[in-house]
Amino acid sequence: MVDVYLDEKFVGTVDNPKEFVKTVINERRNGRLPSCINIEYDKDYNEVYIHTKTGRARRPLIIVDNGVSRLTPELKEMVEKGKIGWKDLVNDHIIEYLDANEEENAYVALNEKKLTKEHTHLEISPVAMLGLLSSLVPYANFGQSSRLNRGSKTQKQSLGIYATNFHLRMDTDVSILHYPQKPMVKSFMHDVIRYDKHPAGQNVTVAVMSFDGYNMEDGIILNKGSVERGLARSTYFRPYGAEEIRYQGGLVDEIGIPDKEVKGYREENDYRFLEEDGIVYPEAQVNQEDVIIGKTSPPRFLGEIEEFSIAANTRRESSVVVKQGNKGVVDMVVVTENGEGNKLVQIRLRDQRVPEIGDKFASRHGQKGVIGMIVPQADMPFTASGIVPDLIFSPHSVPSRMTINYLIEVLAGKVGALAGRQIDGTTFSAEAESDLRKMLLELGFRENGTEMMYNGVTGEAFEAKIFVGNTYYMKLKHMVANKMHARSSGRIQLLTRQPIEGRSKGGGLRLGEMEKDCFIAHGASLLLKERFDSDKVKIPICEKCGMLAIRDNIKGTESCSRCGANIEVSTIEMSYAFKLLLDELKAIGINPTLSLKNKF
Amino acid sequence: MSYDDLIKEYESKLPGRLIEDFRKQAEEFNLSKQDAKKVLQALEKKYIESKINPGEAIGIITAESFGEPGTQMTLRTFHLAGVAEANITLGLPRLIEIFDARKDISTPTMEIYLKKDVKTDEKTLDKIISKIKEIKLEEVLKEISINIIKLHIELSLNKSRLSDLDLTEEQVFKTIKSSFKNCEVMNNDGVITLKPKAKEVTLSVVYSLKEKVKSTPVKGIQGITQVLPVKRKDGELLLMSSGSNLSKVLEIEEVDATRTMTNDLFEIAKIFGIEAARQAIINEASKVIQDQALDIDERHIMFISDAMTTTGVIKGITRSGISGEKESVLARASFETPVVHLVNASLVGEVDYLNSVIENVLLNQPVPLGTGLPDLITHMREK
Repeated sequence: MVDVYLDEKFVGTVDNPKEFVKTVINERRNGRLPSCINIEYDKDYNEVYIHTKTGRARRPLIIVDNGVSRLTPELKEMVEKGKIGWKDLVNDHIIEYLDANEEENAYVALNEKKLTKEHTHLEISPVAMLGLLSSLVPYANFGQSSRLNRGSKTQKQSLGIYATNFHLRMDTDVSILHYPQKPMVKSFMHDVIRYDKHPAGQNVTVAVMSFDGYNMEDGIILNKGSVERGLARSTYFRPYGAEEIRYQGGLVDEIGIPDKEVKGYREENDYRFLEEDGIVYPEAQVNQEDVIIGKTSPPRFLGEIEEFSIAANTRRESSVVVKQGNKGVVDMVVVTENGEGNKLVQIRLRDQRVPEIGDKFASRHGQKGVIGMIVPQADMPFTASGIVPDLIFSPHSVPSRMTINYLIEVLAGKVGALAGRQIDGTTFSAEAESDLRKMLLELGFRENGTEMMYNGVTGEAFEAKIFVGNTYYMKLKHMVANKMHARSSGRIQLLTRQPIEGRSKGGGLRLGEMEKDCFIAHGASLLLKERFDSDKVKIPICEKCGMLAIRDNIKGTESCSRCGANIEVSTIEMSYAFKLLLDELKAIGINPTLSLKNKF
Repeated sequence: MSYDDLIKEYESKLPGRLIEDFRKQAEEFNLSKQDAKKVLQALEKKYIESKINPGEAIGIITAESFGEPGTQMTLRTFHLAGVAEANITLGLPRLIEIFDARKDISTPTMEIYLKKDVKTDEKTLDKIISKIKEIKLEEVLKEISINIIKLHIELSLNKSRLSDLDLTEEQVFKTIKSSFKNCEVMNNDGVITLKPKAKEVTLSVVYSLKEKVKSTPVKGIQGITQVLPVKRKDGELLLMSSGSNLSKVLEIEEVDATRTMTNDLFEIAKIFGIEAARQAIINEASKVIQDQALDIDERHIMFISDAMTTTGVIKGITRSGISGEKESVLARASFETPVVHLVNASLVGEVDYLNSVIENVLLNQPVPLGTGLPDLITHMREK
């Protein structure tokens, strides 16, 4: 007796679960039961589960009867001729959808050759196991599964042409790659999604070797010559905008060059890029802190109007300036109206990004790295035939990660580049490595892809033969220019008097909890104190009651709000954050006092 | 040669164990008096050198010594497919369990050693195991079903299994009867029926009752769900159990009480005392660290274990354990639940003398450690 559950609810029992499951599946295949139900017999728990609800992930498989696929050669021909389509195959019960539960009972053959009598289903194609992005990875069956995940993930971060109307769009934080190329080694998915029309990388010549240690720990080395010829060059776009907002009482923002009397007026020089309408002219070279849209706003509160002022200087300056660390050329200026009929100005800055040390690159196999050095072409190693690689990749990145597909792509890319054709690297059905080797040999190269190389600096030949070939490399959107940050002193928070946070505001870098522990573990007590001096204050304390005293620097008097005027006051150095804690304790009804004692 | 006079001189300078070691070694190599003195001098120098310096931040160093390799520990527990061995919590979760001194650990296990003269053939082993392992009704059932019309449960027992376990039908019937007082339990020629006494009996009530009936214990020691014989590398057979109940297991006569162990620290503390618990913490923590192939000095583990057990009971490193018993109000408040500590301190007028580290970081004062420890003491010149 086996319990049967319909959508997690106990509905009854059956005596012969296997027979029951078989019947239900047959009824479904005969069309007497809806095709959306799935049934599973769980041997371990000795229970039968039927699922009919929405939200199950299901995948299509070809049905197999007694080791014979239902997709017969005749049907295949009809599909190829376009006489029948997917819907017909599903409706005729050639293909059915299984959910994760029913899959547990299924025995799926990877291809038709492997079919035996025990098989219940046949995979439509082994690549059907992969998704869109993972099928873009060439030779994925030669790599580790986790690297396949990473490889498909990094493709999403690559720079290319994200939209063909990019020059008309106002997108935040986007880039366009200057000379994108279609990959030398492609998969069937590249054709399906027409990758050739919007590629996101470039075919580079790679040498797998180390170079003075600048490519250790996933560093990569670029050829300065290649960079100057435009390798991995991209343009970064950033929009800025301003709106004439209407406030209560008929007050409005005003876009235009601000009056000199306006509150918060910058230097005259800061407005030099503005035309008469208060907007920058196109193609202006602007830097951080430059005003690109001049704007004034009405006072925040009506009480702000001071007694001895004329009307104009009650307005506030509220211009749009280029953010810190940004620069660029004004690419496009749009003056329009928004939904509420307010004047809206949008400006797009364009900034050319030549690859520099710290920019991130990746191949399609989860092998990502950061530029460690850009070497002049003269100093790069070269092959016997005079080929200078664009990129040097460290061999230490391969063994532990087992990305054999990277190496095969280098080989396939080399064959493709020499033979002048794209190589098919579709997972499970790619051109075989042995064929690639043969072709390479026919093309006059060593069949394993290695070549004699010479040190570019000394001219000496390397003892080892170096593996050289072509690979598709992508520039990823993480560029140092958007990330690097340092500060000495700068803005502080109003509440805690500690440095503010964040790169965009020019904030400080926090010495955190664990870093603090490091100082303590080293016994560097005074260095630790100095690090935390950012909010140091000197506070007068009443020696009698231990509360904060009041020091009047103009009158030169000291007093305590509790003990009166004639008291002894000591100045104590502490962090402002602690003074704040004392104040907050008072706020919750606890009176903290400091009892002072001479240290010596 | 006797070294007594030399040893007497160094007795106050060196720990006893070092002196004992020295005596043994010196006698073995038959050192001359002069050489022996040299050795002792060198020993004293080494001993002083290896002592921790005043102002060394041992607490933080211990914490970092665990914290840094801890980040590399796998959260994975290894499931060996096809092997019936019990899965034991290992790695970081187990370490957290030990240092937090959790009362219910996720996988309590015991290593049960048998007395040396106990035979280890299959039959006797089965007998011992059946004494230890908790047997549920499910395991002695032949069939259990719900009679949908009469809305009661019918079950019959597997007689051969019962005799294997030294049980009789009558005994099982009695245990069922006593553990289901809210049911009518009847025995009709080997078919036991259970009917809930409630006024309104629905199918779902009967169904949940069925699951409850299945898991009724009928024999063995409570809490021990699985017992497996395991052969050690030296050939000795021991029993591994999942579930722990030290006091009951020790009562079984075939069990060697001197070697049987559990991984439940509180049980050890209760039965063997706090010193045993201290050692158990060290053993359990070292086991995790060795298992993860990490290298943490044993002294760090000993230090934590000492800190956890000095009060005579096991206290975890939590706000209800030793972290909540720090002297300084500010230190306690900066750990967890600050308001509770501050309010309670204000009620009794606690004074914080700022003797420790965190308080001084909070106030931006030099911490009394390392370079911040020594103070300059000068005598003011008399006028």
